[in-house]
Amino acid sequence: MKMKWSTVLAYSALIAAAIFYLTPIYVLLVTALKPLKDVSVSTMWNLPIHFSSGGFAGAFQKLWPNMKNSFILVIPATLISAFLGSINGYVFSKVRFRGDNLIFTLILFGMFIPYQSILFPLIQFLQKIHLYGSIGGLIFANTVYGLPITTLIFRNYYMDVPNELIEAAHIDGTGIFGAYWRVLVPLSIPAFVVVVIWQFTNIWNEFLFAVTVTSDPTKQPITVALVNLAGSQVVEWNVQMAGALLAALPTLLVYILLGKYFIRGLLAGSVKG
Amino acid sequence: MKKKDKILGIAVVSPTIVAIAIFVYGFISLTIRSSFSNWNSFSSLLRGVYKFVGFRNYHRIFMDWRFQTDLWNTLFFTLLFMFGAMALGVLLALLLDRGLKGSRIFQNIFLFPMALAFVVTGTTWGWIFNPGDFPKDPAGINLLFHKLGLSGLEWGWYTTTSHLGPFNLALIPVAIAAIWQLSGYTMAMYLAGLRSIPDSILEAAKVDGATPWQIFWKVKFPLLKPITLSAMIILGHISLKIFDLIYAMTGSGPNNVTDVPAVYMFELTFRSNRYALGSSISIIMLLMVAAVIIPYLVSSMKKEA
Repeated sequence: MKMKWSTVLAYSALIAAAIFYLTPIYVLLVTALKPLKDVSVSTMWNLPIHFSSGGFAGAFQKLWPNMKNSFILVIPATLISAFLGSINGYVFSKVRFRGDNLIFTLILFGMFIPYQSILFPLIQFLQKIHLYGSIGGLIFANTVYGLPITTLIFRNYYMDVPNELIEAAHIDGTGIFGAYWRVLVPLSIPAFVVVVIWQFTNIWNEFLFAVTVTSDPTKQPITVALVNLAGSQVVEWNVQMAGALLAALPTLLVYILLGKYFIRGLLAGSVKG
Repeated sequence: MKKKDKILGIAVVSPTIVAIAIFVYGFISLTIRSSFSNWNSFSSLLRGVYKFVGFRNYHRIFMDWRFQTDLWNTLFFTLLFMFGAMALGVLLALLLDRGLKGSRIFQNIFLFPMALAFVVTGTTWGWIFNPGDFPKDPAGINLLFHKLGLSGLEWGWYTTTSHLGPFNLALIPVAIAAIWQLSGYTMAMYLAGLRSIPDSILEAAKVDGATPWQIFWKVKFPLLKPITLSAMIILGHISLKIFDLIYAMTGSGPNNVTDVPAVYMFELTFRSNRYALGSSISIIMLLMVAAVIIPYLVSSMKKEA
């Protein structure tokens, strides 16, 4: 069958775009797989002649403690903000009270503010409660400032659940918590997946809180450690590119395995179309 | 619903309401307060004596040559980034919406950068756009152009100090990196929008004899308007706050050609202990973001009420 010229054109455009999107991955991989002596700006586009695991070994050795920190940070912060967001979303969509829309909008605004505008008071506060410089401080910050988005995603999701279901549960004599626990939670597994993925990705990738709240290199998450790797005196490019891949790996895996939910979170994050 | 349940509901959300009241609005007030203070050295802060200095910090920051550059840089970066990410997003969405074989794979390729951290993007594109010493010894993308016989395209990328009026051209490679990361977002939004257009409307237009071009401009494009608005607001507020990408990729650059308010704020506050000046920059950033976000939030609140 002959292809229409417009189809050929469309494929060419898609392939050209795919090359643009994949170029950095190519550069990361070929650089990370070269031994240090083969890494130079004049051969950066070439495939490796000698393969070396040195880049990855170096990156792993330097970044593994920070990667662990990132996991210690991201897991509780994600779970707590998701849980609270779900309860909030339930109340703002199904219980309703006077002025709830205004309060919800005021909460939502917290999602968009530049965190610079709360950063210094936050640091002073963390110092006061002795969480400054610790992963605990980062868990706190990411949980609090994650509440607006988790509340939003759950509220939008619960809005689409028919009120009759909740009312039926009430007639059966359950209180609001019973209705939440027995009716809404089982229905909202997909929303939990979306929120967990969204929060995991955002908190893993977060940098501003991480770099200002933790100054001790052993307490820093991987994003900060990666940037510091570049700032060290001799830049070992193969180690640095391997480090970038390492830092990207968990979120990339989430994206590859659960891409459908990732996209839903993305669209939910854009408030409403 | 029973009154008791309503009270219980309010009780359940009140911790969040209190947290947001303190950690968003309370802390913003504290930052506003320090932006009106004399806390421009560590000792004045340690003594904790609050001296109200009015708009002195704002005056100083607006008179500051570096901050003026930052504002122009933000404007230029925002224009490049928004136009680039939206044009590419809509184009890719239209291509994918044709339902060609393999569309799924392409869609996944265009969207994966969204999963990465800005610091990863910055590190990688920083390495790709390092210009080397051209024409003698080009590196990075210049070397690629050199090999492809496109030496005319070689230039200094983010190290250049060339400018177009007040616009620093060094921001172009930074915007390309940002577009690379976020155009998948706009693509996903437009794709969702295109797929929500009922087939019956498109069929009717076809029956009426509309060409594909007319269908795009007269039918699809008007229906995508709300998405364009959402995309502009999302990308706009990201752009006004941009920090990690630039911090990891270029820093301030030679002569502050890639400096932005967030980077300057970070240096003032965390490197030179000039909290008051740093706070005034954060409040200016907040006002810029609020100007974009508040009308949007108010209109979506009214729509639902």
